Amino acid sequence: MSRGPAVLLAPLRQTGQLFALGLAVARAVFRRPFQFREFVEQFWFIAGVTILPAALVSIPFGAVIALQVGSLTQQLGAQSFTGGASVLAVIQQASPLIVALLIAGAGGSAICADLGSRKIREELDAMTVMGVSPVQRLVVPRVLATMSVAVLLNGMVSVVGTLGGYFFNIVLQNGTPGAYLQSFSALAQLPDLYVSELKALVFGFIAGIVAAYRGLNPRGGPKGVGDAVNQSVVITFLLLFLVNMIMTGIYLQIVPPKGG
Amino acid sequence: MGTEVRVEGLTKSFGAQQIWQDVTLTLPAGEVSVLLGPSGTGKTVFLKSLIGLLKPERGQVLVDGVDMVNSRERDVMEARKLFGLMFQDGALFGSMSLFDNIAFPLREHTGKKESEIRRIVMERIDVVGLLGAEGKLPGEISGGMRKRAGLARALVLDPQIILCDEPDSGLDPVRTAFLSQLLIDLNTQIDATMLIVTHNLDIAATVPDNMGMLYRRNLVTFGPREALLTSEDPVIAQFLTAGRHGPIGMSEEKDAATLAAEAANSPPGDESSRPSLVPQLAPSPGLGPRAAVARRRERVLGMLDHLPPAARTAIEESYALEPTAVLPGGTTGGTTVGAPVGTTDGTTGGSTGGTTGKGGAR
Repeated sequence: MSRGPAVLLAPLRQTGQLFALGLAVARAVFRRPFQFREFVEQFWFIAGVTILPAALVSIPFGAVIALQVGSLTQQLGAQSFTGGASVLAVIQQASPLIVALLIAGAGGSAICADLGSRKIREELDAMTVMGVSPVQRLVVPRVLATMSVAVLLNGMVSVVGTLGGYFFNIVLQNGTPGAYLQSFSALAQLPDLYVSELKALVFGFIAGIVAAYRGLNPRGGPKGVGDAVNQSVVITFLLLFLVNMIMTGIYLQIVPPKGG
Repeated sequence: MGTEVRVEGLTKSFGAQQIWQDVTLTLPAGEVSVLLGPSGTGKTVFLKSLIGLLKPERGQVLVDGVDMVNSRERDVMEARKLFGLMFQDGALFGSMSLFDNIAFPLREHTGKKESEIRRIVMERIDVVGLLGAEGKLPGEISGGMRKRAGLARALVLDPQIILCDEPDSGLDPVRTAFLSQLLIDLNTQIDATMLIVTHNLDIAATVPDNMGMLYRRNLVTFGPREALLTSEDPVIAQFLTAGRHGPIGMSEEKDAATLAAEAANSPPGDESSRPSLVPQLAPSPGLGPRAAVARRRERVLGMLDHLPPAARTAIEESYALEPTAVLPGGTTGGTTVGAPVGTTDGTTGGSTGGTTGKGGAR
């Protein structure tokens, strides 16, 4: 009887703590001194583990979308619009998600494991005791690193994915380069790129915060750290798709489509 | 001079499990205090509560006007700079060398030049006897060295309050004796308030000015060392003689039936006799007297009327014996029966004096 509310409230408490960490990080970003060295190291590390996989994933992904859309538009007789459609799908949806999944999977898991093992070895407590906030010293540079890598990587994935789509559409489906490019400029507009980068920024933030939150609160010893890493990746994925849906919905409401 | 720490009505529980309740004590400024207690009585939790790492449900910890429990996080963060905490296993940063570990607080909190930092850090490394190991990673050295490195890191900002979490665990008796001497010497040099949490009886008997004991979710007592060392309280008596007869059992406490059976079978005789009062460690020669001694004498003599008779006699005896500050060391204290303890301390005291003396002259 008395356990009922506690069980129901537990997820709410976790959610609240996650948001509290998000706020604390947002506030600590502006507190001096900024940990520039730590930021550069983390940025370098996350970029290093994500660039190649992101490029390798984005080529086939762009290709799949190009082939699928191409086949569909062919049946409808709207083949000349393949370019615009596939590019929009890549830039707006595929690219930020690919980036975020890779950052969460490769960078976030490393961040979570690093912070988690520091926590259970009492390193974070020692840091707090010395009057240094682990959030400011460790979490802020990591979250900023995931965010900036996400934004930059998103640009790269967009380009590579678009080129992949172009190649497959032109070479394999015998599309015409002119029609492809023309439909691109007919349907796509700059806000598509903006929202793509905004999504990448937000997804990078989510990946960083969730990884840090699970890393700062592991449960019970080394196994707890392993579990925390696992959970951080799963939770990030869940949040990504939810937030992506919301942002896409809002975008479609407030930005008028160009072709209409 | 160190800062006084006032703890009032502190109560802490994890979920339904209460750790301790209503703990009230004052760590007098500049004096060395020891908190005893069987394993698992929440001694470490108490230390972490003092410094604001854990938040007790009730009560307050007043340090220099800041309540470490309820004040704003920013004030607590600022007040923490007064503290130096030596963790049980050192809690060194695994990815940094010992030098960088010990330099960490300096680099974070002071704008000192790197050459200045190097000088201070090497000085501290010398004090704890780790010269030559400063380039090693924490994973490459022994547990005792990690502990000493943790102590050096706690000392580097010249804290006014030093908290030591089981400085003896994992150390051999000789190293423990050296460490006891080091702690007393430190107190002499920087006059910081110190709290040592331990269940080592040698440290308890020789190092502190004041002692307290946690047992059964309560602070059994806290007062001058003589009060606890002469106490007739069965819990304290059993703990100090390290005997099996008494209220403390293998788990937290014995139940009434076990206790009754034990009393019936073997009347608590002189299975292990109570060592009588051993004189407190003196600072190494050359350091001069501890400033805390004079302050403490005044304080203790003022509260003499509130102490039990045994403690009063012990205090009067010890103050009658040492009208001057420095003891030559060893077994000068009148009623020393615990001979092995006394001699050990005498020899180690002397040899530590030699090493620290050299360190200071260098």
